[in-house]
Order: sequence, then C-alpha cells, then structure tokens
Amino acid sequence: MNAPENLFYTEDHEWVRFEGDEAFIGVTDFAQGELGDVVYVEIETEGESLDAGEVFGTVEAVKTVSDLFMPVSGEVLEINPSLEANPELVNSDPYGEGWMIKVKVSDKGDKLLSAAEYLEVTGG
Amino acid sequence: MKRIPLHEHHVAIGGKMTPFAGFEMPVRYSSDKEEHMTVRQGVGVFDVSHMGEFIVKGPQSLDLLQWVCSNDISKITVGQAQYGCLPNDKGGIVDDLIVYKLDDEEYMLVVNASNIEKDWNWISAQNRFGADMIDISEDIALFAVQGPRAIEVLQKLTDIDLSGISFYHFTKGILADVEMIISATGYTGSGGFELYVPKEHAMAVWNKIFEAGEPYDIKPIGLGARDTLRLEMGYCLYGNDINDSTSPIEAGLGWVTKFTKEFINAEQLRTQKEAGTGKKLVGFKMVERGIPRHDYSILNESGEEIGYVTSGTMSPQLNIGVGLGYVKTGYHTSGSEIFISIRDKKVKAEVSKPPFVAS
Repeated sequence: MNAPENLFYTEDHEWVRFEGDEAFIGVTDFAQGELGDVVYVEIETEGESLDAGEVFGTVEAVKTVSDLFMPVSGEVLEINPSLEANPELVNSDPYGEGWMIKVKVSDKGDKLLSAAEYLEVTGG
Repeated sequence: MKRIPLHEHHVAIGGKMTPFAGFEMPVRYSSDKEEHMTVRQGVGVFDVSHMGEFIVKGPQSLDLLQWVCSNDISKITVGQAQYGCLPNDKGGIVDDLIVYKLDDEEYMLVVNASNIEKDWNWISAQNRFGADMIDISEDIALFAVQGPRAIEVLQKLTDIDLSGISFYHFTKGILADVEMIISATGYTGSGGFELYVPKEHAMAVWNKIFEAGEPYDIKPIGLGARDTLRLEMGYCLYGNDINDSTSPIEAGLGWVTKFTKEFINAEQLRTQKEAGTGKKLVGFKMVERGIPRHDYSILNESGEEIGYVTSGTMSPQLNIGVGLGYVKTGYHTSGSEIFISIRDKKVKAEVSKPPFVAS
C-alpha cells in the first residue's frame, strides 16, 4: 500500500494534489484495494460548489458501492474523462490516471492528513 | 471469529480476509473480475471450509430427513446428492442445503456456515424419530475446484474415472492420496467438483491440486467471485435471496418442494403453490446503466414500489448489472419492464429468467 509524500489525504481515503488554487482529487491505493475492481464512477457534480465532507460522487466496484467525499471546499471544474470508458484506472493507477475530479479550491480546511498521518489511519 | 484450516496459507498467498458468516474468509486474491473469468474459462479453487456438514444415520434417518427437508429424499440413491431446503413452520426457510446419500441409512447434509447452529438445533428439535446426528463441520475442509478444466486437473490425482460421475452425483475414493468425497457439484455454473477432505490432509491436498493445475494456470478464487459467478447463474444465496420469512414457493424453489410426502409446513406451502403468492423472486438485467444492490427498491413505470433487490452485481461477463429480487406477482414474467431505484434515480431493468450467461 502506498501513499505518496506530495499528496494530502482524508480519513475517508481520498487524496488531494494541489496545483496553485486548483486541486486534483481521487481515492487512495488503500481505498481501491478495499473496493476491488472498480466498474463505474458516477460523478454528476460538475460545476457545483461543494463543502469539504460533502459527497461529490459514487464509486461502484463489482462487490461494493461507496460515496466519494470532498477533501476540500471548492467548485468541481472537471471530471476525469477517461473514467467513463476505463473505470479500472482507479485500481491500476489511483494517484495518476485514476484521478477523479479537478476542483477550484475555496478552502483547504484543517482536516487534511499528511502521508505519514494517513498511513497511521490505515494501519501502515 | 472462526478460522478455516488453511487460514494462514490464504493470508500467505495474498488472500484478503474478510468476516463472512462468522468466519474470516478470503474474499479475493487478485481481482474479482479476473478470478471470475478464471473459473468461467479455466479452473479455480475455492476454499469453502466454512460450510457445515452433518451426518444423519440409522434406521430412522430417512424419516427425519423426509420430515425436515422440502425435497423427496426417497428419490436419491447411494452416490447421489440432492438440493433442497429446510422449511420452517411459519412459511419461511431455515436454510437451503445439499443432502448426500452416503449409504442405505446414512446421509450427509451440507449447510450454510451462517446457519450451522440454527440448523443443528432445528433438526435436533424435530428429531422425534431418533435418528443419529453428528456435526462434522469442524473436521472437514471443503474445496470447490470449478471451471471447464477442473476435471483434467483432478483426473491427474486419482484413478477414479471422474467423467463417470454425473452432475449431482459423488463417489468416495482416493484423490491426491487421501480418501475423500468427490462430488460433481458446485455453485458457479462452470462445472467441476467439490472435495470433502479430512482437515488434517487439507494442506497436502490443496498443494497437490495446485501442482497438478499449474499447466492450466489454476488460481485460488475468493468469495467475491463466488458471488458474481452464482449470481450470473441466478442461484439463491441464503440470507440474501431466501431467509426465515421468504417461502420456498415465492423464492422459486417449488421444483425442490415435493408434496409427495409429509413435511414441516407442507399444508401452507401447498396452499401457496395452488393459490399463488403475492410476490415472486425473479432475475433481472439492467437495461440502463447501473448496478443493483441488496435492499434497493424495485419500482414500476409510475414510480410505485413493487419489490426489492435481494442480490445484485455487475456481471463480469456481460458487463451490465444483473440481480435477483422480489416483485409483486404480475411483474414477474420475463420481459416485464421494472425500474431499480439507485441513489433516488429510476434506472430501467428487465425481468429475465436466469441463467444470465450460458453455462
């Protein structure tokens, strides 16, 4: 299980990568391992402004379904277009090609975890 | 939480262990989809040692089984197995099971892990006949070797002609140097065998199966794929599709409910069979994109609730959502348009008689 140092994390197993006032968001390697084969990512919040902790979409795996939570507050600018045809990117490359949304960040909040803190949450 | 005999081995080979029916069970080793397709196209092995096994024997064994089982046990001969259920006295189902006729007055009952204690207590309470009962669940490891190549792999390990064992028949004999029950049964629809192995030999037998299966790219398969495989075939899972309050008739188990003999609650079930039931368990396929899940509501065109989903998944083979659920009688016929309520959206599906894939 890996958690890159340059990302921030939530206890709900999302990650955030900041790029200026924008951020890319996805689910962690731990999360994809727990979910199993991802078969459908449903995100219908493009253009919406959401608070940290609000649901921005749903990820469906073969065996499970799980809500996706905003790690920060902001406006959803873009949904990863590749996930429509290739949802399995969430499994194969959770921190790269498997990103889920790009947001314009309005508030980072104070609940984000560092990689080391996140690894503690997942038991290493 | 209980452990199956090869627990440590499953952890060592990368099995992700998860609580199921009171046991820590391997849910997957690599990927649900990959494991699913391994069984459909090649050969895979499930360790389902959590399942329960009871021996019922003695001169009264048939009388007891005829009384507690829905199916007609007098119809099977030594070497034959039979699927059926244990009706309760309130119209529901205590469990579903397979009965093996081991000898003239000796049977083995294979029951769901979650129900071992409940079934034991229920059958014991009904045993006014005085049949002998022994719970051997803890002594037996059960490996389901499933898939079109299963027979070739296992044939390398035994002198018994496996092609001579027809579906739902079994033989007691030596395989991988161990005496066991070799049963042409399974829960996948892809053919293969279930091996009832004394637990002290479990590791040795498992290893020999994987050695023999290496040229066939044999793989261990978890409960995740077990569920998608059985769902593509429309097989019921106790606790999901049938339970203490669903009747065998409405669950589509009329074919294993035989009124040729007396059994628990036969009168009520006979009335249901003759008069019909208000709801029926059906299979369905999603027409629009979406994955049905346990407990989602089933709606009609105008949005009224007409039933509920009991099992659902993405079918790895069809790549669409498939499921089982109860609908009001009238909506149960093949081709009926129904809707699954998924996150407050009405998603179109169609009633379809399983199996959803060719077996």
